[in-house]
Amino acid sequence: MGQTLLQKVWDLHTVRTLPSGQTQLFIGLHMIHEVTSPQAFDMLRRRGVGVAFPGRTFATVDHIVPTLDQRRPFADDLAEHMMAALERNCDEFGIRIEGLDSERQGIVHVIGPELGLTQPGMTIACGDSHTSTHGAFGAVAFGIGTSQVRDVLASQCLATAPLRVRRISVSGELGPGVYAKDVILEIIARLGVRGGVGFAYEYGGEAVGRMTMDERMTICNMSIEGGARIGYVNPDETTFAYLEGRPFAPEGDVFERAKQWWRSMASDPDAVYDDVVEIDGSVIEPRVTWGINPGQSVGVSETVPDPASTGSAADASAIGEALDFMGLDAGAPVAGTRVDVAFLGSCTNGRLSDLREAARIVRGSRVARHVRALAVPGSVKVRRAAEAEGLDEVFRSAGFEWRGAGCSMCLAMNPDRLNGREVCASSSNRNFKGRQGSPTGRTLLMSPAMVAAAAVTGEVTDVRTML
Amino acid sequence: MSAVRPIDRVEGTAIPLRGDNIDTDRIIPARFLKAITFSGLGEHVFADDRRSMPRHPFADPAYTGAEILLVNENFGSGSSREHAPQALMRWGIGACVGQSFSEIFLANATTIGLPCLTAARDDIESLMKEAEAEPATPMVVSVRDLSLIAAGRTVRLHLAPAIRDALLTGQWDATGLLLHRFENVRQVASRLPYLTGF
Ligand code: SF4
Repeated sequence: MGQTLLQKVWDLHTVRTLPSGQTQLFIGLHMIHEVTSPQAFDMLRRRGVGVAFPGRTFATVDHIVPTLDQRRPFADDLAEHMMAALERNCDEFGIRIEGLDSERQGIVHVIGPELGLTQPGMTIACGDSHTSTHGAFGAVAFGIGTSQVRDVLASQCLATAPLRVRRISVSGELGPGVYAKDVILEIIARLGVRGGVGFAYEYGGEAVGRMTMDERMTICNMSIEGGARIGYVNPDETTFAYLEGRPFAPEGDVFERAKQWWRSMASDPDAVYDDVVEIDGSVIEPRVTWGINPGQSVGVSETVPDPASTGSAADASAIGEALDFMGLDAGAPVAGTRVDVAFLGSCTNGRLSDLREAARIVRGSRVARHVRALAVPGSVKVRRAAEAEGLDEVFRSAGFEWRGAGCSMCLAMNPDRLNGREVCASSSNRNFKGRQGSPTGRTLLMSPAMVAAAAVTGEVTDVRTML
Repeated sequence: MSAVRPIDRVEGTAIPLRGDNIDTDRIIPARFLKAITFSGLGEHVFADDRRSMPRHPFADPAYTGAEILLVNENFGSGSSREHAPQALMRWGIGACVGQSFSEIFLANATTIGLPCLTAARDDIESLMKEAEAEPATPMVVSVRDLSLIAAGRTVRLHLAPAIRDALLTGQWDATGLLLHRFENVRQVASRLPYLTGF
């Protein structure tokens, strides 16, 4: 009987079964950032424990960094304090850090792959739920909390319970103007925001097979929004081609040997899954969220739901609460919803290909008069590459602000945020109440191309009419 | 290593918080994460919800001092911030009982010694009603017996055996366990192709 990639990676990294029945799992790559690590380092100090494998932890700064004026000390004392703490901790424990002075700085889930740190067959952990992104390479990648960051620093291990695997197979060809973001929003809408609890999602099928690594990352990134802590795609030629020549990827003969091993870690053709879901990619439309969790989305030609026409009272009250907060009318078409802000960026859609797709839409147009638009590259490398092809000029001349790399308005721990009840067309991953920095701010999640379309027209617009 | 602290029961009054999919951005909004310690988080728990919903239970003096948090489905979804269970614990919560919890929230809560147990929907509903009608009702959550006793009634609770054992033996803080016989960890590292040059 064949095995899944998850089983293979799990077995290889198992140190032992703990008395509790959990697995003690070795973590091959640990990434840290400024928000969830300071308390972990303090816990280590209080216990007089060191870092077990300092060479296997990499640090960068992303969540709090200003994207406009990055001079130190930051205008925000608290942010400066957090930056300084990370620098001090890395220095004290001998951990490599790519800070604001580095050409390699960026959102942790953008730079791991970009630098070739993220590789197939690895176990990866980071104190951030979107660590699932790294699964795009056929790694088993977990988001963890701060006490677990402490555990990984102290022991390079995690205590964790085994997961079941759900294979999600996307067939057919995506239509023009339909992107990986639309596929994952569709998946979450179908399976629900808690449908993935207890599962790792394995994405496959011809549509996923044809996707670039950037697109696979977008899909895996949002696994957590469907409740699945882990999402992955089996490694293939696309994966290997992406990795070749990256700074931390193996080189020459070693790369050839690595490829063989990576290939062997993919799920076997006769692997047995705990659940299988088939999705026809050819019928997926560009999608937009209308509510306050990422499962609440519809196709752009559809209407927002009406609580009166749903089956259960619980659903009706959830829809009612969401519509109230969003200020949307039950049963109204989602297209035409006015937006105040357009945000391009985040670990979901802040890569070069995302900026290219968005630039295609805004080229030669102007951002609508009432819209504030921000383009924020996911890393310094993405920013430089975009500038080399003139994308910054395309955005600037259309009226977008072109910013430095960071998480920015995805969670607004820096000065980039919504004001009051502003509505934001956003390429990020969460539309929770208050997520973008204003307790009453409203977020509509969509693909970067759809964000660009909304920026130009000032309202939710079917990007297919603008291609 | 820190002292082992077994957790086998939590007693106190309950605070009912209705709603599915209450995410960690609501439990503790991101702006309060701008700190290098967890201390002080307790006062900011549900900061925005409390302000926008005047009748939010965490704003209601009747529930001050409550130990047991009652919730519905998928509580703690969203971000991996441990700040969420930390904030609840620092507010005074000693145990959560709900229909279901998000996976990362559950793992985070467990590793800081905050038990999260599940119960059937109808049971949660009646417990919430009880706590709404009479906030001073004493309740006892037993991790050992997997039960909640309130107003003379016993509700069955569920908890994965691994988590129950960890709480009962005080080994919910995993660091010590993971460092035990460290040579085994080195041995696993030495068989990983990507650490040994393939
Ligand atoms: S871009 Fe957003 S989701 Fe991604 S790591 Fe940053 S804050 Fe988290």
